[in-house]
Amino acid sequence: MAKVTIDGIEVEVADGTTILNAARQIGGNVVPPAMCYYTSLKDSGGKCRVCLVKVTQGSAKDPRPMPKLVASCRTNVMDGMVVQNLTSPEVLEARKGVVEFLLLNHPLDCPICDQAGECDLQNLAYEHGAAKTRYEEERRTFEKIDIGDKIKLHMTRCILCYRCTYVADQLTDNRVHGILNRGDASEISTYIEKAVDNDFSGNMIDVCPVGALTDKTFRFKSRVWFTKPVDAHRDCPKCSGKVVLWTKGEEILRVSARKDQYGEVKEFICNECRYDHKEMKDWTVEGPRHIDRHSVISQNHYEKIDLLKLKKEVERQLEFQRGNPLPEPNPTLNP
Amino acid sequence: MARKLLLEHENIPGIATFDVYRKNGGYASVEKAIKTMTPDEVTEEVKKSGLRGRGGAGFPAGMKWSFLDRKSTKPRYLVCNADESEPGTFKDRYLMEKIPHLLIEGMITSSYALGANTSYIYVRGEYMYVIRILEKAIEEAYAAGFLGNNILGSGYSLDMYVQPGGGAYICGEETALLESLEGKRGNPRLKPPFPAIAGLYASPTVVNNVETIAAVVPIVNNGGEEYAKIGIGKSTGTKLISAGGHINNPGVYEIELGLPVEEFIYSKEYCGGIWKGRKLKAVVAGGSSVPILPAGLILKTAKGEPRLMSYESLSEGGFVTGTMLGSGGFIVLDETACIVHHLYTFARFYHHESCGQCSPCREGTGWMEKVIHRIEHGHGHMRDIDLLVDVAKKIEGNTICPLGDAAAWPVASAIRHFREEFEYHIKYPEKVKNPKHFEIEPFVSERVAALV
Repeated sequence: MAKVTIDGIEVEVADGTTILNAARQIGGNVVPPAMCYYTSLKDSGGKCRVCLVKVTQGSAKDPRPMPKLVASCRTNVMDGMVVQNLTSPEVLEARKGVVEFLLLNHPLDCPICDQAGECDLQNLAYEHGAAKTRYEEERRTFEKIDIGDKIKLHMTRCILCYRCTYVADQLTDNRVHGILNRGDASEISTYIEKAVDNDFSGNMIDVCPVGALTDKTFRFKSRVWFTKPVDAHRDCPKCSGKVVLWTKGEEILRVSARKDQYGEVKEFICNECRYDHKEMKDWTVEGPRHIDRHSVISQNHYEKIDLLKLKKEVERQLEFQRGNPLPEPNPTLNP
Repeated sequence: MARKLLLEHENIPGIATFDVYRKNGGYASVEKAIKTMTPDEVTEEVKKSGLRGRGGAGFPAGMKWSFLDRKSTKPRYLVCNADESEPGTFKDRYLMEKIPHLLIEGMITSSYALGANTSYIYVRGEYMYVIRILEKAIEEAYAAGFLGNNILGSGYSLDMYVQPGGGAYICGEETALLESLEGKRGNPRLKPPFPAIAGLYASPTVVNNVETIAAVVPIVNNGGEEYAKIGIGKSTGTKLISAGGHINNPGVYEIELGLPVEEFIYSKEYCGGIWKGRKLKAVVAGGSSVPILPAGLILKTAKGEPRLMSYESLSEGGFVTGTMLGSGGFIVLDETACIVHHLYTFARFYHHESCGQCSPCREGTGWMEKVIHRIEHGHGHMRDIDLLVDVAKKIEGNTICPLGDAAAWPVASAIRHFREEFEYHIKYPEKVKNPKHFEIEPFVSERVAALV
């Protein structure tokens, strides 16, 4: 076990945990954002640089600070490590810079993008980005291509997090797409169009933090906040069958895997569940999907708010602001 | 005449062949090391010599060797980094082309010290003819029994391979080089783990520059302490400097570290002064990635002491008034050179060579290039100068590998020392709309002039 202090909050985690995961155990504001790291994908992370943190004390044995900001998603904690995230102006400045870099060539076509409303880059830019760009040049653009018959790739929106290539590498057996070229000309491509054909290839859509990979069966059907997400399951021989149905009336517009509060899928689903079962009778509905109350998706109040739970959560946070140690997080609020 | 250790025999005809090289005392270090020394003793000699990595960062080679995980049951590897692609640096090519056996000899001795049974020379893909020279040299060494099984009857075996690179600057970064050597896309790895623990094929690996490995030969031959006597302070030994730019005698020179910069630029033995009798304007002292320094600061430090060609003296004053020795690509600019144009070529290079893995470098290098291009062609605004400084600051230190730093330093230093030149470009766009490399007289190369 290792004791680590992040923004003044001490937490004890298992050895070999990354700083990011230690922060996630604390929860709340101290969690650095992550655009490329994905817990279930090995070797992911370290690329987008938005999770940079400052290590002011390396460990109890060697208290020297680390010379540079480190990527918290790939740096393991040491016993006695002291980390600054939001409390360090240097980190906030660097993060602001990284967000600006990520948005440089991003088309900002949120009004017509299917990901809008559930986009990690949108949330990140809202929190850390500048209101105006300083970039005067032409943005980089690519042609839209079909990779696989159900997936559309908008390379222009891509932030090159490499998550989809790791999905293809680790979840499916023949990786047929990857990164071509280098520098800002690098692009995700199959080289031969429409080559992605695998039972689990649809998970690339779920791991994509932006709207670069979209579900062709859902494209332009509806804004995501006009749909009602419900948890549902079915007996599937290939996968767990636990999904979220994005419904409008009786119609199922989209099927996706269940994401946790950090936007990560724990149980990947197969393409059959994702694309082929779009009728209510195929599914056993469990109830409304919990969506974070800050998200635009929850604005239409499809989920009945439990005021008692909310009161408890507010009390818990007030307790923390008074300087008392953080009580146990409310498990019912963050499933 | 300064003492030469690496290029001592460079002008002997046929030195590239095994027989001539052997007659001139070649492979003595292999015999000495394998017959009379243990691997640890060789490492100890290198440590004593104070040899610092010649690839750019100047990390002590002996210390790097001692970090190698010797307890691991996996095989160990020695990899020679001959992916020399830094603009302004051409010393390794010269060394490998002229005296290939020096590198092979150094590789054998170093591999013996590290206990590696397989070693690779990763050569830049554009140096195809050098690869052929090296392969021929390796063949000769195999034939003479210095490579292969049971070298000199000692029971130590070593196989050596030459691997051509795919043509990317980023593959000169050690972890990207290892990825490329494994046959993957040459993206730098995140550190830790360092190559000394998990490098090539996840085995303990040491990656050294060509010149570093070649310098092991005189260290073993003469002893580490003897080597440490050459040079000044912690910068021991000799260094190959590839001098280029507006000087009378461009070329590769072996200098003893501690030589005054002024002597290096103006003495007949080395650069021979600025061409056409012009004045010195600025120097990029260690390959394109190090900060540029104006004439006043390169000849004398901010304190007024003469600046020497050594790791410490060149970096005196930090990045405010100092620079780095880097890989030894000494680029001299005369008074007619345009710093903005010069910076543009560097920015374009780093934009082109960024691997695109992490966002600050991928996006920032392209942005800087576009802004500098705009300024150079007279479309800049005054705010662009501060924008460049800010972008450079946000790239520096926030990337996976040092390429981001290497792209940011030249921009930051050029603006620090030559801000008025950028302002001139912005204030008088009509004078720079058609930028000329040389403002005093149009540049015509001597070859073209002879044809006319």
